[in-house]
Order: sequence, then C-alpha cells, then structure tokens
Amino acid sequence: MNAAATEADHHHGPAPGLMRWVTTTNHKDIGTLYLWFSLIMFFIGGLMALIIRSELFQPGLQIVDPHFFNQMTTMHALIMIFGVVMPAFVGLANWMLPIMIGAPDMALPRMNNWSFWILPFGFGIMLSTLFMDGGGPSAGWTLYPPLSLQTGDAFPYLIFSIHMLGVSSIMGAINIVATIMNLRAPGMTFMKMPLFVWTWFITAYLLIAVMPVLAGAVTMLLTDKFFGTSFFNAAGGGDPVMFQHIFWFFGHPEVYILILPSFGLVSEIIPTFSRKRLFGYSSMVYATASIAFLSFIVWAHHMFTVGMPLTGELFFMFTTMLIAVPTGVKVFNWISTMWRGAMTFETPMLFALGFVVMFTIGGFSGLMLAMTPIDFQYHDTYFVVAHFHYVLVPGAIFGIVAGVYYWLPKWTGNMYNETLGKVHFWTSTVFVNILFFPMHFVGLAGMPRRIPDYAVQFADFNAIATVGAFGFGFSQILLLVLVIKCIRGGEKATDQVWEGAQGLEWTLSSPPPYHSFSVQPVIK
Amino acid sequence: MKNIQRVSGTLLGAVLLVFSGSALADWQLNLTEGVTEISREVYGMHMMVLWICVAIGVVVFGAMFYSILKHRKSQGATPATFHESVVAEVSWTVVPFVVLIAMALPAAKALIKMEDTSNSDLTVKVTGHQWKWEYEYVDSGVRFFSSLDTASREASARDSGIDVHSVDNYLLDVDNRLVLPVGKKIRFLLTSNDVLHAWWVPAFAIKKDAIPGYINGMWTNIDEEGVYRGQCAELCGKDHGYMPIVVEAVSQDRYDEWVGEQLAAAEAEANSADKEWTMDDLMAKGEAVYGTSCAACHQGNGQGIPGVFPALAGSPMALGDIKTHIDIVINGKAGSAMQAFGAQLSDVDIAAIVTYERNAWGNDTGDVVQPSAIKAQR
Repeated sequence: MNAAATEADHHHGPAPGLMRWVTTTNHKDIGTLYLWFSLIMFFIGGLMALIIRSELFQPGLQIVDPHFFNQMTTMHALIMIFGVVMPAFVGLANWMLPIMIGAPDMALPRMNNWSFWILPFGFGIMLSTLFMDGGGPSAGWTLYPPLSLQTGDAFPYLIFSIHMLGVSSIMGAINIVATIMNLRAPGMTFMKMPLFVWTWFITAYLLIAVMPVLAGAVTMLLTDKFFGTSFFNAAGGGDPVMFQHIFWFFGHPEVYILILPSFGLVSEIIPTFSRKRLFGYSSMVYATASIAFLSFIVWAHHMFTVGMPLTGELFFMFTTMLIAVPTGVKVFNWISTMWRGAMTFETPMLFALGFVVMFTIGGFSGLMLAMTPIDFQYHDTYFVVAHFHYVLVPGAIFGIVAGVYYWLPKWTGNMYNETLGKVHFWTSTVFVNILFFPMHFVGLAGMPRRIPDYAVQFADFNAIATVGAFGFGFSQILLLVLVIKCIRGGEKATDQVWEGAQGLEWTLSSPPPYHSFSVQPVIK
Repeated sequence: MKNIQRVSGTLLGAVLLVFSGSALADWQLNLTEGVTEISREVYGMHMMVLWICVAIGVVVFGAMFYSILKHRKSQGATPATFHESVVAEVSWTVVPFVVLIAMALPAAKALIKMEDTSNSDLTVKVTGHQWKWEYEYVDSGVRFFSSLDTASREASARDSGIDVHSVDNYLLDVDNRLVLPVGKKIRFLLTSNDVLHAWWVPAFAIKKDAIPGYINGMWTNIDEEGVYRGQCAELCGKDHGYMPIVVEAVSQDRYDEWVGEQLAAAEAEANSADKEWTMDDLMAKGEAVYGTSCAACHQGNGQGIPGVFPALAGSPMALGDIKTHIDIVINGKAGSAMQAFGAQLSDVDIAAIVTYERNAWGNDTGDVVQPSAIKAQR
C-alpha cells in the first residue's frame, strides 16, 4: 500500500446509512451507541420504578400482584445497574478516553463493536423473560438461593443474559486497560492522566476481577437448578450462605464500579468551572486506588444478619468504616478545589455540585449502616433503599448527566439550551429528594424493603415518595428533549467550550473530526 | 370540684395521648427506643452516629456553600493558584480516622454483648416457612404456627373493596402470637424450612436470617409487658410482605398459665384424630386450613398461578388416586416449591385439606378422607 492510499484510509468518514452503526469500529460512534442505549434503558427501568411507586402510593394492593411487584423490583435493579449506569460509563469512556490521552481510537476497535452489540441482545433476552410462563425473575437482583431457584421458565434465560452482559463488560474493561496502557500520547505519564481516565483505569481492573466471579456464581445456580448439583442446597451438603459470600465478593466492588467513574467526571468538571486546578491530584488518585482495594475486603457488610461469627462481623465492620477515610479525602479535595476559585454555575457544574452534596448524604447513611449493632435495625429496611438510591441516583447518575452536559457541546458542535438544562437540574434535584429522603424515615420506623403492601402508619411518607418519583421521572424527559435539540442545532460551540476547561479534548474542533489524533499530540 | 378537675384532666390527657399517638404513628421519623437494654443502647448509638454525621455535614457543606456564595466569578472573584497541601491531606486523613475509632469502639462492645447467647432462661426455636412462622418452645414442647390474621389477609387482596385503614394493625397481626415472659433472657434459634427469611422485631433491636440447613442464635430480654410487632425482613417470595411477627410479652405467672393452656389444647387436638369426622366438618376445617397453608400458592379458587404454582381445580392429582394426593401433601414434591406438610400439620388438618381439595371448586369426587387414613400413610 502506498503512502497516498494510507492517507486516504485515515481520512474516510463514517459509512453511509444504518450499517454505519452495525459495523462501526469508531470509538465515537460506539460511544454514541452506548449512551443512547443507556438512555433508552433508563426510561425502561424508570417505568418499572414508577410501577413500583404507584403500587406503593397507598396501602392495599391496587395495581399489580405481589408476584409481579417482585419482578418489577428485580428487573428495575438489573436494568438500572447493568443497562444504564455501566453502559453510560462505558459510552463516556469510549467517547472521551482516547481523546483525553491523545490516542486515535480504542486499542481494540473490533472487540469494541462486539462488546456493545452484545448488550441489546442480552437485554432483549432478559426483558423477554417477563412474558414467559411464571414471569420474569422475582427473587431480587441479588438472586439469593433457594428463592431464585423457584424462578419459572425465565431462569436459564436470565442466567444466559447475565453471562452476556458480563462478557460485554469484561471486553469493554480489557479494551479500556489496553488503551490506557498502550496508547497514551508521548509525555502523558500516568500521573498526568486526567482523573476521569484514572478512575476508569481502576474501575476496569475491578470489572476484570469481579465479573467472572458473578459468572461463576450464577453458573452454580444454573447447575443447582438443572444438573442436580448442590452448591447452595443445604440438604445436599451445600450452603446457601456461600452464594451470598460469592455474590457480594462481586457485588461490593461492583458498587464502586458504579461510582468511581462519576468521581472522575466530577473531578474534571469542578476544576473547569472553578477556574482552578484540581486540589490534591495525587491524593485523589491514591484515594481512588484505596477505595478499590478496600472494596475487596468489605463484602460481608451486606450480610451482617446471616449469622457470621463475631470476629467476622467485627472485621467487616472495621474495614467498612475505613472506607469513609479515602471517600472523605475526595470530598475535602473537591471543596478545596472550589475554595477561592472563580466559580460559575453552568448545568454541568450544578449537577457536579448536586453530586457532591447528595453523594455525601448517601455516604453518611453508609457510615451508619457500617456499624454492625445498629445495622441490625437498618438491614433490609427502606433506610437501606434510601442509602443506595442516594449514592446511585443523585450520585452515579448525576455524575453521568454532569458529564453529558459537560461534553455535549464538544460531541455535537452545538451549545445545549442552558435554561432548559438548569430547569432539568432543579426539577431533578428537588424531586429526587422528595422521592428518596422520606425513605429514611419509613425505614427507621420499621418498613421492610421489597414489600408490595405495608402497614398504614407508613402511608404518608410513601405517598410523598411516589409524588417525588413521578416528578423525577418526568423531569428526565427534559434531558431527552435537550439532547435532541442540541444535536439538531443551536449556538455553535467553540473548541474550548468552557472558559476554564483544560485538557486534550478541548484542543480538538467541536465536533471533533471522525478520526482524531491521527498524529499524536505531545504533552509537555 | 377537685374530682371534676381530675376527670377533665384525665380526659384531656387521654385525648392528647390519642392524638400524639396517631401523629407519631403516621409521621414516625426515627428508630424506636424499644423495650430492652440492648435496643436502648442501639438507639443511643444510632443517635450518636447521626449527630456526628450532622456535625460533619454542617462543617463540610458550610464550607462548600460559603465558597459557592463568595468565590464566584460574578462576585468578581479571581481564582487562587494553590492546588496541593500535604498538611491538609494528612490532617483530613488522620482526623476522620480518629473519629472512626471513637465510633467503632462502643459499637464493638455492644456487638460482643449482642452475640452472647449463653445463660438463657428460655429457648424458642423459630422456623421460617413460605409464608408463616413456626414457633417451638424447646423447654415445654409447645409448638404452633403463626400466620397473617384473616382480616388483614382479606383486606390485602387486590380490589378487595375493604378499606385497609379499617383493619386493626393491618398486615401486622397474626392468628397465634408468640407469648414470652418479661425479665428473662430468651434465646432464639432460627432456621428455615424452604427459602431465606429474617426474623425482626424493631422494639428488641434484633434481626437475624432464618436459613435452611443453619441454626442461627440470638437473644433478647424484654423489660415491659406489651405487644410488639415486626415483619419478615428478607425477601422470601410472593408473600414476603405478608408474614408478620407479633410478640406478646407477659408476666412469668401469666406465661406459665399460657403454657399450660397450650399443652392442654394440643392434647385435645391429638385425641380428635381418633374420632370419625363427617364430610361437612372436614370441609369446614379444610377450607380454614387451606386458607392459611395452601391458598398463598394454589390460590383461594384453586386455580394456582400459571407457570409458577399448579392449579388444583380439575387437576388429575386432586381427582385421581387418593394415596398419591395424600403423599404429596405429606412429603411435598422434590424440585418444586411444594413443601412437605407432614411435619407442619396434624392428621386432622391434612385429612381436612385433602377432603376439601377433592370436593371444592367443582372437583366433586365425594371422597371423604379420615385422619386415621393419614396416620396410616405417614
């Protein structure tokens, strides 16, 4: 091949028509696919949440049967975790990681295409279980046996879809590690990488470490159900609690998989709009790594009531409380970044600030839950529901939304409608608190989680939460409208987009060329 | 005059109590203090941690909002250039660490006390079933099941037409209460017959999973007589929200009396197994027992839930061989959710259920199954 042909190859644009999206190996296209997929699943999972909240609007059963209610809680969680937050993070990584480290594309572009296209099929199978004999999975997303073994025809399909999602995640993670290890531009040393790159680097290792553990756990469920093994069947010499240990050995690092990239996003956004460098860059990196390490030795705090030996309970209580230290370091660093900056409050900054405040509230309830003797009161109540929704919704999801607003002008070349963005932030923030804050109260008052109906003394706060749920759900339509409007047109964005923005992505045009950094930039 | 004052004072007090009671019930914000030494200790620790979090929150959010108000571009702020400080990083690593140790020590002490089940005065074995609790007083041999009460069960059905507010203790009442003496160290042994459950009474601040194949231990010592309510706290399937726990704490004398009554009733039940029952009596009893033991899965109308729980109305099992039918009720069906009810129900109960299932919902076989037939087949 002569030099001219190579040059032409490098400058070809996207393939025309729909096949562009099926066959693409371009990191920007794949990033876009991931992000749209995530948004669609967000509305599907959100619809399930609204069914749950509608049933809980008042005591008594009005809308669904208990069996279907349990299917909704189970599927809502599976979709929001594996179909919304994780694909959104991978989408942001696909779009931005190569650009942020000065690489032309992801290291393994064909695998990249495959890891995305597994997802729609995986979720197609998972959602189809709702129409099978016996309904969809209803044993909770944690799939605890023996209850999960009572699932109807859906069971093998559920396990297979989880395997597919796992394969997709592992491939995505390997791709990210390979890209960061090999494709950094000259001068982009590890300790110069943007925080979003760092948090994803660590997250990718967590994914590679724990997704196979989940695959193993669900495969053992499968063989228990169909091949007569007794891994988790006490009558056959197995142990139902062992499943919980294996599951949470995956599940707790998974919790940090769902938050670390948001930490990274917020660490990009706050310095930009404070017009001041991130405070304590290296301590942010070390804190992220510490959290990742600790995430492997705290898993049994999800299981304080299973009857562990006292020493086990003490160990997991101490390690869990320890997580507050690196997490606190991150919050203190964000606030120090803002301190004596020159802040402006565009939508990405608003979502990032909302993240810091409300994630910290979720952190406080997490600290309370860490303490074993009082966890016995909180465990499996709405207090826990309030806790993990605070860290996942105004935590992880606000981080993602902040990132989307932050880079949307870069992706589309157009500024989004700032007024609409601010309305989206304020309605989301007000309603998310109306939705989740009262859950602390009903939880402390004694309402267990995962129940379709409740004693009448919990009625008032449940009604309030349902109002918040609908307000929050409908607010998200604003995001959809805003994104579509922004793609279609609007004020042209500059390359820099934000006054205080630093980093390689802002040196490219808005929108960036289909193939960027064909010539490596050099970082001084 | 004095009397009138006293009466009106009492009335006023009673009215206030009712109002504050209902207000508290509807808008309860916080954990209960409970009625045991442990529960009060747990409550105290909960409040301590809560206030520590509030204090940290005030400082952190205070600094943040001060910065947001003062250090904004529109206020003419120019950004400073500082971006690291080893002193700051070390101090906000060390100070939280010290605070955490101060919190962890009392927690560890309390935990050690909570896990010490030795030297108990009384042992109750609690077995979780889908979806009811079984209590066995190991010392006296009293044993019974405790299910959701009928009023709640009827009102909780979808489109029941019954206002759930009109049901006393909706979803928190049972047919048979767990009766316990006050001032005694009571040890609970928890296990399960099928899936995971968790036994929780907030007023005692104890919760533990009931796991098939495991026996978990925990204890309480109740200070005050009264009725305390709780619920299953681990997802256990369709009717997870419908297996409440009700504990009635009574004086030792009343407790001893109650144990005597239970033992006498159990003996009368055993004797009734030897008599010949009429079809009508068996059908009436069968309907009641079916309601508490079978209807949750096979449904009140015998239609089951397609794909999950098989129908009994018109099923070959209920219309076919009686012995096979009895065998499935006694021994369950391997590989399905069908439990072995032989260990849970008496001969009379099983005879009544089998008779009922073979004659209800148009099954009309005319078969009458006597308790003696069950006894013979066990």
